[in-house]
Amino acid sequence: MNFLAVIGRITFGFLQATGRLGVFAGTAISHMAAPPFYFRSLLQQMMTIGYYSLPVVGLTALFTGAALALNIYEGGSRFNAESALPTIVVIGIVRELGPVLCGLIVAGRVSASMAAEIGTMRVTEQIDAMSTLSTDPFKYLIAPRIVATTLMMPFMLVIVADVIGVMGGFLIATGKLGFNAGNYMSVTMDFLEIKDIYASLTKAAVFGFFISLMGCYHGYHSRGGAQGVGIATTNAVVSACMLILLSNYLVTEIFFAT
Amino acid sequence: MTDTPKISLKGLHKQFGPKIVLDSIDLDIMPGESMVIIGGSGSGKSVTLKCILGLLHPQSGSIKVDGEETIGMGRKDRKRIQEKFGMLFQGAALFDSLPVWENVTFGLLAAGKAKRREAKEIAIENLRSVGLSPDVAHLSPAELSGGMQKRVGLARAIASKPEIIFFDEPTTGLDPIMADVINELIVERVKEMGVTALTITHDMSSVRKIADKVAMIYKGNIIWSGPRNDIDNSGNAYVEQFIHGRAEGPIQMEVLKA
Repeated sequence: MNFLAVIGRITFGFLQATGRLGVFAGTAISHMAAPPFYFRSLLQQMMTIGYYSLPVVGLTALFTGAALALNIYEGGSRFNAESALPTIVVIGIVRELGPVLCGLIVAGRVSASMAAEIGTMRVTEQIDAMSTLSTDPFKYLIAPRIVATTLMMPFMLVIVADVIGVMGGFLIATGKLGFNAGNYMSVTMDFLEIKDIYASLTKAAVFGFFISLMGCYHGYHSRGGAQGVGIATTNAVVSACMLILLSNYLVTEIFFAT
Repeated sequence: MTDTPKISLKGLHKQFGPKIVLDSIDLDIMPGESMVIIGGSGSGKSVTLKCILGLLHPQSGSIKVDGEETIGMGRKDRKRIQEKFGMLFQGAALFDSLPVWENVTFGLLAAGKAKRREAKEIAIENLRSVGLSPDVAHLSPAELSGGMQKRVGLARAIASKPEIIFFDEPTTGLDPIMADVINELIVERVKEMGVTALTITHDMSSVRKIADKVAMIYKGNIIWSGPRNDIDNSGNAYVEQFIHGRAEGPIQMEVLKA
């Protein structure tokens, strides 16, 4: 087998997929900006994506904050730095763990469900039927999902994840590790900067966009019945997770690189 | 009746990769006419419909609706043309996330042409016209039998009062009695509304009931067309073999034998 031909084929395939995704994203964005807007569909999606994801996001954040506090206390005690616990918990949760874990959880829950739903609609000709009813599937199906996820991630889920995550650390620190509650909160507020919150919300919006884009893209292009929908669902979750981790680094670089 | 065909196809060519599905389709359908395209599985019937609807893009050829070229049309013009069409899909393609009444009036609701209360009344009226009781309006598509789904699909196809209705294998998967009920309904609705109809099927009882004219497609070309009553005396060996369902003849099925 010609080694160079294999590399060429892989590169060509990658560029083709990237181009297709770019066109899809561009079309979706153009449909978000132009009427008609389906507000009913948007509200439904906001409810499904935002409100119904709250329990799982809250629990994840609570236990992560708690575990983080225990780890920092034990690690910090090796060089008498236990008092840094509130600072590290708040910065760790707000800047990094809140948005990233929330993003990964929502990718698993929402991206998969979008890919499966839209994929099933594709293979059962429901998307074709929508077109024959003079309704653009990009406007009715794709745009509301992307807008809803991009809004719900920062303004509901990650805010809640940040607050509950910090609270998880607070509960362990004050209940188990002997920290004074007032002191803990005062140190937390002193060290938390507005820039940390902006970074957290920016990451959340970017992750939300990628989660919904991947769910919609893979669902919309699924082919070949149940197996095709299964493949689309897997690809949606995997690609959304990869994009979350990649964009997390890039946003961190933009906000905090000195 | 005008001389301009409602739908005119000239030299329509569509291939997927190296596989030619439509070689060069020429077909005229006059206003108010009920044309039925027959042909074996994989002969290109569904692809022809999807090309006319703009769901697939042919590599070459011409598709005119009311004398207006639709290939290469902009989004706005395409939407205007799309409003002339209604379609009953093979598997009904009902939106399973919506109740029956919203399915029936989906096009009207999405285009903002009716308020929800008014749309529900229109849906019930259309359901009645296909022999379904108002109780069905609030059911979900998953609660309906195959025959009922087809009727709802038909109600949806006629709800926006289209000028042209496509029927994709309207009797597939139904028992002979229900198939006859659907055929009767199609004939009734088409005559009453005075619409142009294009049906694709390989069910000869549908052909004999629905068609004014019949065209046979084979290997991506129309190999015979004529009035329904001429089909038994077509003098075409391919048509003869197809309408009598014989294994022996010029049409060789691609079946691998052990």
